[in-house]
Amino acid sequence: MNALTLWFHRIGSPPTFHRIAGVLVPWCYAIGFVLGAIALYGGLVLAPADYQQGEAYRIIFVHVPCAWMGLFAYFFMAANAFIALVWRIKLSEVLAMASAPIGAAFTFITLVTGSLWGKPMWGTWWSWDARMTSELVLLFLYLGVIGLYHAIEDHRQAARAAGFLALVGIVNIPIVHFSVNWWNTLHQGQTVRLLGPSKIDSDMLWPLLLMALATHVWFFGSVLARTRIGLLELDGGKDWVRAIALAEGTRAPGATHG
Amino acid sequence: MAEFLDMGGYAAYVWPSYAVFVLVLALEALAPRFQRRRVLAELRARLKRREARTGSPTT
Amino acid sequence: MTPTRKRRLIVISFVLAAVAVAAGLTALALQQNMTYLYSPSEVEAGHAPAGARFRLGGVVLEKSVVRSHDSLDVDFVVTDRFKDMPVKFTGILPDLFREGQSIVATGEMQEGRFVATEVLAKHDETYMPKEVADAIAKAKDTQAAK
Repeated sequence: MNALTLWFHRIGSPPTFHRIAGVLVPWCYAIGFVLGAIALYGGLVLAPADYQQGEAYRIIFVHVPCAWMGLFAYFFMAANAFIALVWRIKLSEVLAMASAPIGAAFTFITLVTGSLWGKPMWGTWWSWDARMTSELVLLFLYLGVIGLYHAIEDHRQAARAAGFLALVGIVNIPIVHFSVNWWNTLHQGQTVRLLGPSKIDSDMLWPLLLMALATHVWFFGSVLARTRIGLLELDGGKDWVRAIALAEGTRAPGATHG
Repeated sequence: MAEFLDMGGYAAYVWPSYAVFVLVLALEALAPRFQRRRVLAELRARLKRREARTGSPTT
Repeated sequence: MTPTRKRRLIVISFVLAAVAVAAGLTALALQQNMTYLYSPSEVEAGHAPAGARFRLGGVVLEKSVVRSHDSLDVDFVVTDRFKDMPVKFTGILPDLFREGQSIVATGEMQEGRFVATEVLAKHDETYMPKEVADAIAKAKDTQAAK
């Protein structure tokens, strides 16, 4: 075994991962919160009004970062599900299942804020165009993965079955992303581009990108927090979990995030 | 300030959007805390049951 | 890699490839039904479903909007810059409805005119402050004047 795989094995062992993640979680939430607060101030106060949509366009600062996170969380989940299915790595199973509820939350926010944006600008809460329909399918995929995971008694078998569904559902990801190019949609095209100039003024772009960074950090905080619990459940009978359970049982309630 | 809150007449759409964003993410971050507490409590209950059955401490 | 892992990797890759191909073919087959809207040119060419409701998309022709004084009736022309289509609508228009703006109208053809029951405004992916938009318009005007 070379040094890298040795390091990976050590990090991947449940007690070590649980300890390291426990240190990282509060930091992720704190950094995500501070960056998010700055981005909110930038988006709500500092950014100028749009020449066409006036103040209503400010919904973009929550809508777009959440939409990106919905896709990113799915990609993260599917990649871990793939590793879990091929190499049967326990940690990957837990990571994949931990990202499903977070992705579902971000996708839910995307749909609700999109609806709240669509009503005053387009004139409708909802339309069955390709972008909106595929985004709704994304939410149902998340709910399907979560549901399947909880429907099966054995945690490891459940994670494998739900991971397989997550993996198959990945065909929806390019459909969501490219729907506005492939079909005529009510939804407008891509504003922020990796290749080529973005179609947004720089005074409006920075709060958007900062919020995207904040939600990414927040996502990793949540994934780690949920993965810690998943490991505790999975290793319920082992000594290291027993020690944590007994130690936290003697402590005052509320101080459980150790 | 009133002008800021009015959001150019779009207050009914902008503020609920931000409220949903903050609320859902706050709940999403709180959920693991409660889940962790529940999982560990269940584990302790299970240990206690086994202790009572076998009559010997588990640690 | 152990033989079992290799076999799993191959099997899963095959399943994924099969799903991707199936999804691609389905999307291709659905392409015709996935038509969210028709342009005035497509309607003129007879591609839109006859005698049924469909969506008409295009730009509101400049200086074509005529509002009724005593009702919510609006008449305007939707164009794709090749063909024009007169549209009649009764109701409240979205805030972004204005001349030169992209719209999507739902309704059906009646005597060569599109009678809409719903008009939605599209907006494009460009966001900028009003001052910047004004400056760009001004620069375009001076360019055109030269």
